[in-house]
Amino acid sequence: MEKPFLEIDGLTKRYPSPDGGEPLTVFENINFDIQKGEFICIIGHSGCGKSTIMNILAGLDEPSCGGVTMDSKELAGPSLDQGVVFQNYSLLPWLSALSNVMFGVQARYPKWSKAEVEKHSLKHLQMVGLFDGAEHRKPSQLSGGMRQRVSIARAFAIQPKLLLLDEPFGALDALTRGTIQEELIRVWSGSEQTVFMITHDVDEAILLADKIMLMSNGPKAKIAETVVVDIPRPRKRADIVHFPGYYDIRNHLVDFLTTRSKEIAICDYEAEGRHYPELVNPLRDAQENNPEDTPVILKTAG
Amino acid sequence: MTTSLKLRALFLSCVFLFVSLGIWEGVTPTVKAASEMTEYEMLMGGADQEARVPPPSQVLVRAFEELSDPFYDAGPNDKGIGIQIGYSLYRVLTGYLLAALLAIPVGFLIGMSPLTHKALDPFIQLLRPISPLAWMPLALFIIKDSEASAIFVIFICSIWPMLINTAFGVANVRKDWVNVAKTHELSTFRTAFMVILPAAAPTILTGMRISIGIAWLVIVAAEMLVGGTGVGYYVWNEWNNLDLTSVIFSILVIGVVGMLLDLAFGHVQKMLQYQE
Repeated sequence: MEKPFLEIDGLTKRYPSPDGGEPLTVFENINFDIQKGEFICIIGHSGCGKSTIMNILAGLDEPSCGGVTMDSKELAGPSLDQGVVFQNYSLLPWLSALSNVMFGVQARYPKWSKAEVEKHSLKHLQMVGLFDGAEHRKPSQLSGGMRQRVSIARAFAIQPKLLLLDEPFGALDALTRGTIQEELIRVWSGSEQTVFMITHDVDEAILLADKIMLMSNGPKAKIAETVVVDIPRPRKRADIVHFPGYYDIRNHLVDFLTTRSKEIAICDYEAEGRHYPELVNPLRDAQENNPEDTPVILKTAG
Repeated sequence: MTTSLKLRALFLSCVFLFVSLGIWEGVTPTVKAASEMTEYEMLMGGADQEARVPPPSQVLVRAFEELSDPFYDAGPNDKGIGIQIGYSLYRVLTGYLLAALLAIPVGFLIGMSPLTHKALDPFIQLLRPISPLAWMPLALFIIKDSEASAIFVIFICSIWPMLINTAFGVANVRKDWVNVAKTHELSTFRTAFMVILPAAAPTILTGMRISIGIAWLVIVAAEMLVGGTGVGYYVWNEWNNLDLTSVIFSILVIGVVGMLLDLAFGHVQKMLQYQE
């Protein structure tokens, strides 16, 4: 088998307890792989350590134990190979939208001339719908949705090997969120970009992801399952809900979040060696059980 | 509504000004000019035994005289107000710029490195509350030049607000922006100039604005001590001449120049201010 693009191996994060007692284990022995070009979403309740995993992948945080290998190289610290889009946009407020993107492009391609940098930046801003003067505005003069577009444009413009999105649409209203989700799909589908995204939104995850990772509740959280989303692309928000089996996937996710994420947290199995998340395909399961057409909550090892 | 508020405020300011000037003018008894006095009155030393604060009208007349020829130079004890202000500004700006050259880089270092912060903090806390004029004798002894000593006093009093504000601004740059620099693999040098400096600029400018205000306060006192030239010396010299009209006039000039300096810095601050 081909070596996976991204390997997460035995990742553990512990925080020392303030009174010198038992350290707080956020998550323990996390193992998973990501193939090149995959769009992965990770869902879990607050406090399960999603953001910590993401920060470790970004190189902004260090695991207590374990490591990450990307493209056969050990990940060490932040770099331009990992592009990050934060929930709060993280644009530099004293620069215009265009300068914010150029800031990234210049860092990525220091040998390019200013004209090349500007052209490349404008192209990516245009891809997310910022043109006709909007690109010269400061972030404070843009709406939340526009700011996040700039942030996404900057991330795609530097063409990182791995794009990390930390709840990028969490602060946006539902309508704006929908439009930008579709823009994200459009920009992504032409790019072969590997994406790892945190979200709280089940529908968003189904719309965007190839695979959805489900995390159990912390402390000592783990990635319990990897749910395969076998819905053909290109996907559209309006059409996807009519796709047969959409609700099988959705119910599976909601069921996990509402009940099973807690149960798994309670039954604290001591993993011997590496423990990989179970691969689940609700769609295929539903098709196999089709005659009864009952709501499906089934597991099959992948 | 805002224009009408501005207009009303302006109107009220004018009322305050004219009422206070009117009261001042009214309570000041007019002293007869020598030509109007009888021989007897002159022999008795004039009608009034007390020296009085001159009324505003006299100050205005003096202001007009001084400002219509600000740059005359009639020897060491008689120079125009423009020349005196020039000397003071020269001293303030020289001392201030030297202070900025030291305080901003050192403040940057302190802000970026918790180690230097902890190491230098006791010195800053000890030196900061010392009145700048307390340095004067030592400065005079070591430098042996009154002009340079005045500049040194300005230098030492300008350092602290700039140093402390720069360190604070740099240390409190939002972590997100530092993370942006990190994920873009910026070198320390580029991070400092492309992210931290613009992010901390408004705070640094606040420190610079406080410093220039303090420097302008201190220069008057310093020049009273070192003498020779400058507005501080001018005030003291006119006091020695018992020319209260000129004293009041120069007090006003000191206020106006200080206000203009502050306005200039306020303007620069506005340009560097960003909205989150």
